[in-house]
Parts: sequence; C-alpha cells; structure tokens
Amino acid sequence: MPDGDKKLDAKARYSAGVLEYKKMGYWEPDYSPKDTDVIALFRITPQDGVDPIEAAAAVAGESSTATWTVVWTDRLTAAEKYRAKAYRVDPTPNNPNEYFAYIAYELDLFEPGSIANLTASIIGNVFGFKPLKALRLEDMRLPVAYVKTFQGPATGIVVERERLNCYGRPLLGATVKPKLGLSGRNYGRVVYEALKGGLDFTKDDENINSQPFMHWRDRFLYCMEAVNRASAATGEIKGTYLNVTAGTMEEMYKRAEFAKELGSVIVMIDLVIGYTAIQSMAKWARDNDMILHLHRAGHSTYTRQKTHGVSFRVIAKWMRLAGVDHIHAGTVVGKLEGDPATTKGYYDICREEHNPVSLETGLFFDQDWASLNKMMPVASGGIHAGQMHQLIHYLGEDVVLQFGGGTIGHPQGIAAGATANRVALEAMVYARNAGKDYLAEGPTILAEAAKTCTPLREALDIWKDVTFDYASTDAPDFVPTTSVS
Amino acid sequence: MRVTQGTFSFLPDFTDQQIHEQVQYCIDNGWALSIEHTDDPHPRNTYWEMWGHPMFDNPDAAAIVFELNECRKVYGSRYIKIIAFDPSPGWESIRLSFIVNRPSEEPGFKLSRTEIKGRNIQYSITPYSSDKPQGSRYK
Repeated sequence: MPDGDKKLDAKARYSAGVLEYKKMGYWEPDYSPKDTDVIALFRITPQDGVDPIEAAAAVAGESSTATWTVVWTDRLTAAEKYRAKAYRVDPTPNNPNEYFAYIAYELDLFEPGSIANLTASIIGNVFGFKPLKALRLEDMRLPVAYVKTFQGPATGIVVERERLNCYGRPLLGATVKPKLGLSGRNYGRVVYEALKGGLDFTKDDENINSQPFMHWRDRFLYCMEAVNRASAATGEIKGTYLNVTAGTMEEMYKRAEFAKELGSVIVMIDLVIGYTAIQSMAKWARDNDMILHLHRAGHSTYTRQKTHGVSFRVIAKWMRLAGVDHIHAGTVVGKLEGDPATTKGYYDICREEHNPVSLETGLFFDQDWASLNKMMPVASGGIHAGQMHQLIHYLGEDVVLQFGGGTIGHPQGIAAGATANRVALEAMVYARNAGKDYLAEGPTILAEAAKTCTPLREALDIWKDVTFDYASTDAPDFVPTTSVS
Repeated sequence: MRVTQGTFSFLPDFTDQQIHEQVQYCIDNGWALSIEHTDDPHPRNTYWEMWGHPMFDNPDAAAIVFELNECRKVYGSRYIKIIAFDPSPGWESIRLSFIVNRPSEEPGFKLSRTEIKGRNIQYSITPYSSDKPQGSRYK
C-alpha cells in the first residue's frame, strides 16, 4: 500500500475544520508496534470510493481519541501517544473489496483488568461508522503487560482435573433435554441416569434459569441428589453445571452461593450476562473453589459472518482474560458451524501457553499467555459415539465432549447412552496410546469395543449415518500451499 | 459394583501386556511412573500409599510391570493404580492414571443424608469397606 500523506506541521494539523483521519496522525506506515502495544486486526470493507487507508485510519481514530473534526484540546494532551495508529493495510487474499488493517494501541489507553473498558474502545462506536460497509475484528495481540492485569481462568485445566480426579482422557458431558419444561424432579432423573452411566458432567442449557415449570432452587436440590447418588454408585467425582444466570448480579451471587452450599463442583453462566458480570463471577469462582462454565449463548449474532462483527477467536481471548474455565468452542464434526482449521485456532487459544502466528488456523499474532490458566474447551452439538476417533483427532485430550441427544436419545435409555459414550472414549484413548492409527481404524476400534458393550453396539447402529456436512461460513483466508522441493 | 475411577475402568481389566503398552506410551512422553495402592477407594482419597518413589529416567516399561507384580504379591487384595507425572511447565501434574488391580469383591459406597435447614441435604459418601480398620478391609 502507498504510504499516504506526509505529516502535517502543527499549525496545519490543528487549524479548525475537518481533516482526513490519515492526516490527523492515525495512519503511520513507518510505525513499528511496541511490545506493550495492544494490536487489533480488522477486516474492513470500505464504502465504494473510500480509500482503504483512510478507512483504516478512521477505524484507528474512532476506536481511540478522534472525533469527526479537529479539536484544539488535543494539544493539552500527549495526543501522539494516545492516538491509535493504523500501520499496515493489506488486501485480503480472496476478496478485492476487503482489506486487513493492523492498528496499534498504546497500553495506557486501557484500564487494567477490564474487558469492558478494552471492548468499549475496540468495538465501541466504530462498528457503526458510515464510511465502512462492514467491519470485523479478526484478531488481537494482547501484550504480556496487559494479560498480567487479569485473573484468568478461576481453576484452569490442570486443577480442574486434579479436583475431579480425572486424567488422560477427554471429560464427558451431556446437556439435559428437553431443555425446557421438565420439573425439577424429572430433570434430576436425567442427571442421575447420565452420571451413573459413565458421564463426568451433566449440564443445564443456556435458557434454563428459573421458570414457572422449574424454579432454580428445586433444580439445584434435585440435581445435587442425583450427583451424590451417582458418585456413590461409581466411586467417581461427578458434577452438573448449575446455571446461575439471572437478571441481576445479586441474584447470580445468591444462586452461586446456594450451589456451593450444596457441594456442587461447578456453576455455569451465559455469555449474554456481559463481560463485567463474567469477570465478577470468575472472581467469585476463584474465591470459592468453583469451576466456572461459560455457555457462549448469543455469540453467533456477531461471530458467524465473515465480513462484519467479532471473530470468535477474539471472544475466546477475552474470555481467557476474563477468567472462565470452560468455553464452548466448536466440534468440527457436529451440527454447529465449525471449519476444522478455524476451530483448531480457537482450541489453541484456550489451551496453549503461547500461540505462534498461524495464518492457516486464523491466528494473526504471536500471543504469550503469561502463565494464565488454561481454559477447557467444550465440544457440544450433534456429536455421537460413532465419531469418537474424529473427535479425539480434531479436538485432543483436554476437552469436554458433550453428547446431549447422543446420550439421552439412546434406545436403551440414558444410562446406556452414557455407557456407550464412555466405552467408546476409553477404547479410543487406549488405542491411541497403544500406537494404533486410530483415525483410520476408528470404526474398527469401536466395533471391537462394542463386542463387549451392547449399549455401544446399539449407539453405533442407530447413529451410523448421521453427519453434518455443510459449507463453513468462516474458513481461514490463508491456506497453506505445498512447497516445491 | 465396580469403582470406575481412572482412565480405563469401563474397559475389561488389562492384561500385563496391555499395561506395558500404556506405560510405554507414558515413558515415550517423558513422564515418570508411579505405583500406588489403597484399601480406601473414596473418590476424594487423593493420597494412596506409594509403592516406592515414582520411577524417573526409566526407559523400560517392563520395570514398571515387574514392580506392579511385586506390589500385587503384597497388596493383591487392594486397589492398585499406575500414575504418570508430567513435570513440564504449565502442567506439573498427573497425565494418566488407571487402575490395574482391584479387590475380588467391591462392596461400593454408602450415601448418607443429613437433613438440614429448609429442604437442604448434606451428603456424605463412605466406602462400606472402610468400617473395618486399615489393612483388614479386603480379603
């Protein structure tokens, strides 16, 4: 890209009137970002006839210090420091109307430890800005200095496993279905059967809070009866994600306290409660030895479309800072959106200590997590025992695999469905560790395990043809090419 | 009942050859292996008795299988598990843990309920076997 216009002298820069953003200092092609800068990568689609560099400078301006006209009061500040700087604009590989704009932000623009403050700048006014047709926040580089101002996941993968006494395999869960309408007593039945049958966790769905058919205290009481019965029946530690989402913080704290009093190991919240509420609950969870599950309710309204909104990889980064322990991050093979490479990028954000640049998985920046705890990704939605080899191949070991329909819809009942999933999982991990090519031999490994497990045999028979094969709406822009040697 | 703690409790009990394969996987990953036994299988009994120290720097899975059989000679009526420790930064904990020996009879756990204020119940889980003193719980 051409380097735009030369810097103006102070008199020209600050004379009253309207000036292009790139001339106001929001475009600095020679700028090299500092280690302490926050960097954001936006996909910008300028209106017809709008210069992409001016559009990038406008994004930098509107997400930091600028307004639409020159103001003399800038000169009372160290304005050059506080201006965000667009320093690089690249065409996207696949669409001539879209550009990648890299923008660097001085660390002092942000309040320490506040996702609300970070996002009020980065995705505040700027997404409705008229000169842009569309705008998407693709990725962010969060400097170590800033990462260290956040608590991070309340428990983390390692301590979660230590508390649950569960190692070496993915955890297993299921969401209670039907998600609305069951009474507390009937709801607890599903929890008991699923946990007794072999699952580690059951889960409230995102919209189970406190409704006329089941008020929250009833659900909590019956669920904990089920959890304790299942624990005594198996000798294992079991949990159920009690959703404490409510209309006010006071109510959420009250519900979380009751869950603690009942001895639950885990509580759950929905993404729609907002960033500040999430951070508050993460702090509560750290103070009360509680695992914190986040259901990403609502995210697809802004993460799914490729040209406008916020990529889920950015949401995942914010949630690791905010401090949740579990986050739904896609299944690849299930019923919900999820390109394999893009999903791998999300999982790496959750679980790695350091993310190197990886354009093929959508990671544009080197990200150091500065020893923040790791988040356990959760795979949920349209998965079943017959896909176990693919699930382990794509998602790895530190993940919660949640089979809702795939447990509760089993022809021999919920406990049998749970057993089928657990046997399939253990057989696949066993085969992997024993050095088998488990991805290729997956169906054979499952068929072999099913010889001594009728519930697995039935699960494989009933769901053998279920796949969800649709084109992804959010695949990476960069595909690795084979190098010629 | 069958205590289903550990990575592979839903599979049929492993042969020594199968144990060898899993142990070799851990060794290849650089993890130290340890043998532990107990006659108190409570789900929150974290500290089982150690059969010697974890084996660091041991390249051969056969050594663990040998030690396991030595342990079985003494504690064959108890639960025995093999644990793999990963010392790498950011982990520094257990990576795999599976039961390799169990009592011939597993009586299971008693669930006690204490009704407290409101409809709240306090639960506690006790292995039936732990009514007897340590060392005489399983035959």
